[in-house]
Amino acid sequence: MSGPDQKPILRMEDISKRFGPVQANDRISFAVRQGTVHALLGENGAGKTTLMNILYGLYQPDSGRILLRDRPVHVASPRAAIQHGIGMIHQQFMLVPPLTVAENIVLGLPPRRRVFLDLASVESEIAGLSKAYGLDVDPRARIWQLPVGMQQRVEILKALYRKADLFILDEPTSVLTPAETGALFSIIRRLVAEGHSVIFISHKLEEVMRICDEITVLRQGRVVGTVPASETSTDALARMMVGREVIFRLDKGPTRPGEVVLEVRDLSALNDRGLPALRGVSFNLRRGEIFGIAGVDGNGQAELAEVIMGLRPPTGGRIVLKGLDVTHLPLRSRIAQRLAYIPADRHRFGVIQDFSVADNLVLKDFYRPPFSRGAFLDQSAIAGHARTLAERFDIRITNVHQPVRQLSGGNQQKVVLAREASGVPDLLNAMQPTRGLDVGAAEFVLRTILAQRDAGAAVLYISTELEEVLAMSDRLAVLYNGEIMGIVRPREVSLEEISLMMAGSLRKSFAPLESVG
Amino acid sequence: MSLFENALLISYLTAAVRLTTPIGLAAMGGVLSERSGVFNIALEGMMLTGSFAAVLGAHYLGDPWLGLVAAMGAGAMVGLLLACLSVTLGANQIVSGVAINIVAFGITTFLARALLRPAGIEQVPSFQPLVIPYLSQLPLIGPVVFAQGPLVYALFLLAPILTLFLFWTPWGLALRATGDHPRAVDTAGVNVGLVRYCAVTASGVLAGMAGAFLSLGHLNLFTENMSAGRGFIALAAVIFGKWHPLGALTAAFLFGAADAFQLLIQTYNLGIPYQLPVMLPYVLALLALAGVVGRSTAPAAGGIPYRVEEA
Amino acid sequence: MKVRLALTRMLPVWAVLAALLLGMVLVALAGANPVSAYRELMRGAFADLFGFATTLVKTTPLLFAGLGVAVALRAGLFNIGAEGQIYLGGLAAALVGLYVHGLPAILHIPLAMLAAFAGGGVWAFLPALLKVSRGVNEVITTLLMNYVGIYLVSFIVGGPLIEPGAPYPYTRPLDPATNLPLLIPATDAHVGILIALGLALLLHVLFARTTLGFQLRAVGANPSAAAYAGVHVNRTLILAMVMGGGLAGLGGASEVMGLKHRLFEGFSPGYGYDAVVVAFLSNGQPLGAVAMAFFFGALRSGANIMQRSVGIPVAIVFAIQGLAVLFLAASLVVQRRSRAREPRQPWGAQHIDVAKPAAEAVKHEPL
Repeated sequence: MSGPDQKPILRMEDISKRFGPVQANDRISFAVRQGTVHALLGENGAGKTTLMNILYGLYQPDSGRILLRDRPVHVASPRAAIQHGIGMIHQQFMLVPPLTVAENIVLGLPPRRRVFLDLASVESEIAGLSKAYGLDVDPRARIWQLPVGMQQRVEILKALYRKADLFILDEPTSVLTPAETGALFSIIRRLVAEGHSVIFISHKLEEVMRICDEITVLRQGRVVGTVPASETSTDALARMMVGREVIFRLDKGPTRPGEVVLEVRDLSALNDRGLPALRGVSFNLRRGEIFGIAGVDGNGQAELAEVIMGLRPPTGGRIVLKGLDVTHLPLRSRIAQRLAYIPADRHRFGVIQDFSVADNLVLKDFYRPPFSRGAFLDQSAIAGHARTLAERFDIRITNVHQPVRQLSGGNQQKVVLAREASGVPDLLNAMQPTRGLDVGAAEFVLRTILAQRDAGAAVLYISTELEEVLAMSDRLAVLYNGEIMGIVRPREVSLEEISLMMAGSLRKSFAPLESVG
Repeated sequence: MSLFENALLISYLTAAVRLTTPIGLAAMGGVLSERSGVFNIALEGMMLTGSFAAVLGAHYLGDPWLGLVAAMGAGAMVGLLLACLSVTLGANQIVSGVAINIVAFGITTFLARALLRPAGIEQVPSFQPLVIPYLSQLPLIGPVVFAQGPLVYALFLLAPILTLFLFWTPWGLALRATGDHPRAVDTAGVNVGLVRYCAVTASGVLAGMAGAFLSLGHLNLFTENMSAGRGFIALAAVIFGKWHPLGALTAAFLFGAADAFQLLIQTYNLGIPYQLPVMLPYVLALLALAGVVGRSTAPAAGGIPYRVEEA
Repeated sequence: MKVRLALTRMLPVWAVLAALLLGMVLVALAGANPVSAYRELMRGAFADLFGFATTLVKTTPLLFAGLGVAVALRAGLFNIGAEGQIYLGGLAAALVGLYVHGLPAILHIPLAMLAAFAGGGVWAFLPALLKVSRGVNEVITTLLMNYVGIYLVSFIVGGPLIEPGAPYPYTRPLDPATNLPLLIPATDAHVGILIALGLALLLHVLFARTTLGFQLRAVGANPSAAAYAGVHVNRTLILAMVMGGGLAGLGGASEVMGLKHRLFEGFSPGYGYDAVVVAFLSNGQPLGAVAMAFFFGALRSGANIMQRSVGIPVAIVFAIQGLAVLFLAASLVVQRRSRAREPRQPWGAQHIDVAKPAAEAVKHEPL
């Protein structure tokens, strides 16, 4: 196979797609040359996933056309896409957990032996393919048993089994440790060497520069430009992505940590499947500091947040909030101690879509004065409160009785933020606070959290976006497999060390109970 | 063991197997539907409709087998209705199911009084036991298992066939996957809606068969509200049997045995008022549900309509 | 746009009208003239005082039980067990009427009603507990409890409590101090309807203006978000079911104390199932439930007359009810899609999306 001077294997011309009021894709055109890794780079909400869903037949474009090997095609469904040799590895895996690898791979394919699945021969074929591409997957394992990196390889295998030429990888590194990312990149190079082509969707500049040959930058549904990687830089790309010089400029002053607000001692807990998710976690958190929790998703972060809030019972250990042992106290009592929480999935857990903005803003306090007198709600107090907060937090609404469902994602997050941050909590638990937000909204959220810190709150900042955690935290802990691998200051640790901690290969000794320095 | 006791045991077990049949057939349908992610609470209504259609068919077409076909057809239609509501329209599956049950009760009762009674349709031709030579001579299990009506045999064949289907064929694989992760199935190129339609319609056919058994298999007439909650017991059997055809069959047998037991008590007039034994299958079903551990074994996408385009 | 808003708000009404239309087809199938059949139906329900009284009588248990199902529905639960709860409520009230003596009516009646509320509440408690502790779907459990409840009451009425020498099972007469006074003299219509209307109003205020109502609605709309805001979701779910069961139980008491003054075996001809329809069609709104209960009460009352004069079996009422719910379930999908563009909801601050899956109890929460 020759190098990247081949003709384009894929051309998408003038693709447009609208969802209600949102123009997700606006006359997008780009081409992918055979045997190359082509990046689709853009912020959250730029339209990358929509475009690829169109290519994969999950959506139909409003206008425009797709050409494969210079022939126009109509991709009516994923089945058609597969037949055209397109394989997609989604950000959230399309794998059925209780089934085995072989069963997942063969799902949707016609029977081998008259009416029966012939799992035995499928399994040996899979083993062969796996070896040929260096994927190391056990065909008989059940998906729920496999670690995330391995599951991703099952997805790649699935596409290979169906003889895909063109691979679409949607934000593949978001669930990987830095080391696993390296392994993925080797696999991608292997695919390309064998003549396949890869579309790499991402919002991470360094990775895109590392692995991709050509980069198409999307912003707000439009193509900003297409450049070869060799002729650009991360700064140039950033400018194209955001239209500004730098993505975030956080004015983060130095911190003066005060008294201890939260003490976590030897905390252990089980996850939903009954397996240990937290194993003896201990740390202290002081007023006026941001304590970050870094780590690949699924290493206990969600469970840690839930246990601290009171949504999950611990199996061992203690939680002391401002000197009060709250380990077994219900959530409401902890809220009374001025504990606030910004959940990761705000659509589901942060707001009630059908309730009005005003009602959502009093979700934690509706049963107390001033929002209620005796058994009755004080509607005017609730409405007034809402108006004040809407102004302070710049929540774009037409009136406070509007159902939250009508607000944009960014504004919904502001509702959550307003509710949790307005009372200057003593402890603010923020989980993935900028996920899915566009740059403007994300910046607002981060600034608000910093303001809370400066006003004296203790902030527990949990995120899988490593750059964000590093930028925001005064101190951070790396969580791996339910254990803290180390507590460090961002400026005093190298990316390599963090990477090793996230993968569980390095344990940095630390004095958990005292602030460093 | 004296001959008398033996005879008692035989007649009890025969009744138990017989009474398992409507619950079991409906439960097979329930397994298919639930495994595909559609919570089918309308099994009761489908059964009732099947009973009624079976009687109509048997009378006007003169043959219980044709009555069975009518019942299966009627069940299929109700299944299609539920599928249309829950799959195509995405309506709440519980509300739809409850509504179907009420409509089925209303229409069958109404038509029974408006059509059957004026036409003087009382007894209709029914299924005769199909005695299998040689095997029915075996001690105990002979008469119990091999001298039953044809629908009983159908159930015993169905359970292993469905097991094979679910776990050894690609369509069964697709069905199981649909109930757990419909998006994955969709991206693999399988039509989720079609899978669910087939599953729910099939459950209607099977529930219709169950209904036909009620009206043609033992009694040979239609009484109002004939199904008497068996459709719900069948659902309990599905859950208790962990959504596996063989498990559901075993659970159905448990409930059938309880049903036979209460009949036994009534027959032998032991001085216990009939209501207490009659309650037994329902109480047992409740206990079974209360004892079910492992919510995680339920199909993960059960009860949730699948929408393709999500902005 | 405004027209569309009005149309979608009236969906339950359209559903009922559509069902009535289909009912005409059924009537024709049975060999009668649909127009005259419906005319007889209306006549029976409203034309004279006696018919109207019968309508009120039939509305009363439907309203009590309908409110019971509605309260649970607002919290996201499907209480299909109203029938069993009616029976247990009736039983409890009857026990008070049979074994407590010497109290004036002003005390005896509330006592019996309290007992009925407790009876129905207890009957709803078990399914609630199973739902919250083991995640067992309350639809099946409440349905099964219906059968157990009906047979249990039948056993008690036909056994220990039976009036000696009765031709079919019923108890001795209850203490006259438990009799509900008549609303319309020389008819069967009793003040139970007033109590039910009062409760409907109370519930309306509860949901619209009180903290408890807010809590119930929050849990019904999004139990996870409510949990994250500190609401005790599991406790709320149990409370909702028990309240619902209690209200349905009051329906049973009203029948026993207001109508027959004895406990009859099988005294409820399926009111509990109709109540489910009432609640679904009114979307859990108490005032809407009044309208729906009244409508179906009228249907039942008129259907008797219709049966006598035109020969159409009363069972057609069930067919019409079921069809109405079917049409509503189908049409709610349409409504949901257009709701994104609507301004504020007029009928109460919350719209129950009956098209959403049922409530999920929150794991790990202590009771």
